Amino acid sequence: MELSLATRTVGGFAVVVVGGEVDVYTAPQLRERLFELVDAGAEHVVVDLGRVDFLDSTGLGVLVGVLKRLRTAGGSFALVCDREPLLKIFRITALDQVFPLYSTVDAATGA
Amino acid sequence: MAVVRLSFSPAPVHVRTARLVGVAVARRAGVRQGLLDEVRLAIGEACTRAVALHQQHNLPDPVRVEMSDDGTYAVRVVDRAPIEAGADLAALPPYELARESLSEDALTTGVGFALLAGFVDDLLVRPADGGVGTEVQMVWPLDR
Repeated sequence: MELSLATRTVGGFAVVVVGGEVDVYTAPQLRERLFELVDAGAEHVVVDLGRVDFLDSTGLGVLVGVLKRLRTAGGSFALVCDREPLLKIFRITALDQVFPLYSTVDAATGA
Repeated sequence: MAVVRLSFSPAPVHVRTARLVGVAVARRAGVRQGLLDEVRLAIGEACTRAVALHQQHNLPDPVRVEMSDDGTYAVRVVDRAPIEAGADLAALPPYELARESLSEDALTTGVGFALLAGFVDDLLVRPADGGVGTEVQMVWPLDR
């Protein structure tokens, strides 16, 4: 399944809904979209992984890259993920200790 | 025993094909349904690593994948990069993952290895036969 990306604004947050497979082939598209958002001035970014059915190390590398960039700029970055297979990936890589992880977009945006 | 061999040009787009084939062969061999997501992820990580090494070293040679079921389901992913290039496999601790100066490539490599080690109980990384390249061997039990 190809990567799908949709962006909307919730309060002061840019919410990017990602779907499909995030892997070594599609991760550059995700990086480009997220960096475009940051370059355009988005300070608070939430990535909703609810429709992602595959996520590998290159996708995780992109997410960490955006987290660092926003942190340096004084912004914030959070992930929405409530599916156990993906949560297991975050636990195994210890990235659950790096990313703020929420189960819903409302929780991530404080709505 | 059944054997399926695949070799592909070292390009990211073909990693997905390798994952699909690896899972299809695993399912047919009798790997438990609950393990198939982990098989898919691990084969993807091993192939991603091999493709990255070939690209770093400008090697057009194909990446080789061999799947076999002989009491267990074994997958071997073989690259042709200099062995020392493949030897720096290590999982990264959380404080290291968040370090500003860590490059995305280094982070991806560390995370990829953490996923391999985490999802494959029986994992072996060794020099490939013939002395050039590295072989990542992953073995899963069969449910039959």
